Amino acid sequence: MLRAEGLTKSFSGFRAVNNATLHVKKGEIVAVIGPNGAGKTTLFNLITGILRPDAGKVLFKGEDITGLRPYEVCRKRITRSFQVVNVFSRLTVFENVRVAVLSRERKTWNLFTPATKIATEETARILDSVGLGAKATRVSAALSHGDRKVLEIAVALGGNPEFLILDEPTAGMSPEETSRCIDLIKHLSEQLGLTILFCEHDMELVFAIANRIMVMVRGATIIQGTCEEVRCNQAVQDAYLGGSEAECLM
Amino acid sequence: MVKAKKGVGVAIWIGAILLLLVLPLFIARFYVYMAAIIMLFGLLATSNNFPLGFGGIYQFHHAVFYGVGAYTTAVMVTKFGYPFWVSAIAGPLMSAFISLVMGLICIRLSKLYFGMLQISLGSLIWVIVYRWYSFTGGDDGIHGITLPDVLSSYSGAYYFTLIVTGLCLYCMYRIIKSPYGIVLQGIRDNPVRSEMVGVNVRLHQLLALVIAGFFAGVAGILFVVVDNTVFPDMLFWALSMETIIMCLLGGWLTFMGPMLGAAVIMALRTFVSAYTVYWALVLGIIMVLVIFFLPNGILGWFTGKFSSRTERVEEHEFKNIRPETD
Repeated sequence: MLRAEGLTKSFSGFRAVNNATLHVKKGEIVAVIGPNGAGKTTLFNLITGILRPDAGKVLFKGEDITGLRPYEVCRKRITRSFQVVNVFSRLTVFENVRVAVLSRERKTWNLFTPATKIATEETARILDSVGLGAKATRVSAALSHGDRKVLEIAVALGGNPEFLILDEPTAGMSPEETSRCIDLIKHLSEQLGLTILFCEHDMELVFAIANRIMVMVRGATIIQGTCEEVRCNQAVQDAYLGGSEAECLM
Repeated sequence: MVKAKKGVGVAIWIGAILLLLVLPLFIARFYVYMAAIIMLFGLLATSNNFPLGFGGIYQFHHAVFYGVGAYTTAVMVTKFGYPFWVSAIAGPLMSAFISLVMGLICIRLSKLYFGMLQISLGSLIWVIVYRWYSFTGGDDGIHGITLPDVLSSYSGAYYFTLIVTGLCLYCMYRIIKSPYGIVLQGIRDNPVRSEMVGVNVRLHQLLALVIAGFFAGVAGILFVVVDNTVFPDMLFWALSMETIIMCLLGGWLTFMGPMLGAAVIMALRTFVSAYTVYWALVLGIIMVLVIFFLPNGILGWFTGKFSSRTERVEEHEFKNIRPETD
């Protein structure tokens, strides 16, 4: 469904992403792992059009989407959440998701119908599905960190994605919130059939939900394979664990 | 509880409108003039606040569009002899057009850089108006613009201002509550995220600028009606600063804040100017005090105090749609 080939991006001489390659098949959950600063977020920014790659291509369903603007990428039904909470802070939870739904329904140029009459049911449905229905009227800046991370996902769902990118969905969450988030991601994959690409530091979570794993080190792809393949790969262990005693990860 | 509070709000509105309608019957001519001036400056400040408070765009030189609207009408009436009503429609359209052209240039930059470029380009227009004696009357401006009979009396001008201001505020309010308005507020809070949910940020911002320019032009026409003159100070950056201060003082995240700010500033200016020529100094002190003590402005402070009100109303709305979704 999505193929990224030879993606490269430098920031004033520093190669954040260096010839990275990624394949995601329809319906899969693919995790990107790697040490801090490996270029995971930059890779996501390249795919979603926030950054333009210096070299390489991104193909989505066979179509070249390299260098499209973020809103054009979104209209191909690729949406994402952000690592650092990045929502509309002065709007309510409900309005946050409504903006995404309005945008997807191409109603953002409507100047005269009250917004309360448009996209309300769809927004309520999304909020219910992620479990934020009860907090719909709160201003999003007043939410707890965990709830804001879930709102991140809800806003991304407002774009009715086929392909969902989650940048460290559980970062900073309590164990309880994390387990709820895992259930949510599984639900999205199993019930709605979304293809999901995410990056995460929590290995337990990665191995619990990912079908395949891509490992990045210093901007480059080391391997992409099933959990088993990745666990026992020597290069991964050298890079990730500094060639330590562990035979397999975990 | 919610209904009772909503009822109070409606009662205040009806009372205010009735008061404004009968005002010219009771007060002296000067105060009727002042009331009209406050309304049109309130309209100017509200239109400035549309991109500023609801779009997060640093609209720093809004007065240009006000001046362009007024000058277009004045020049069309006095130099070319067009009927007033035709010129009055052309004024705001010209403002919107200038706003579009300036917007196309400035929108490539963001935040402060946008504001700075806007001040530069706006000052350019000010210089043209200030220097082009044969066409704009230079620093003398244009006086004695012929108005239709309906508008030539001071109460006629007052009622015209009242009706047009009311209509314009209603339109802007509708726009802010529309899908476009919500998306614009999303852009204000987070342009990157807006783009990532599929919004073409620059195009939406550009429309906000054009709308703001149009309504500033309307305010310009109202000044022509009320004061019968135009002069280059109407496009000077100092006036833009003053309208921004109106927005900040009243509450830039509220809809009626700028109107309230305009009332306070215009009233203060009239009374302070009677005692001292250092009005700008007083204005500066007000600005400092607002930033320190009322960062959300007067109306922002009030709504903050009673914020539960709006929240409950929305909760009520939300409960109504619940059963359908289950």
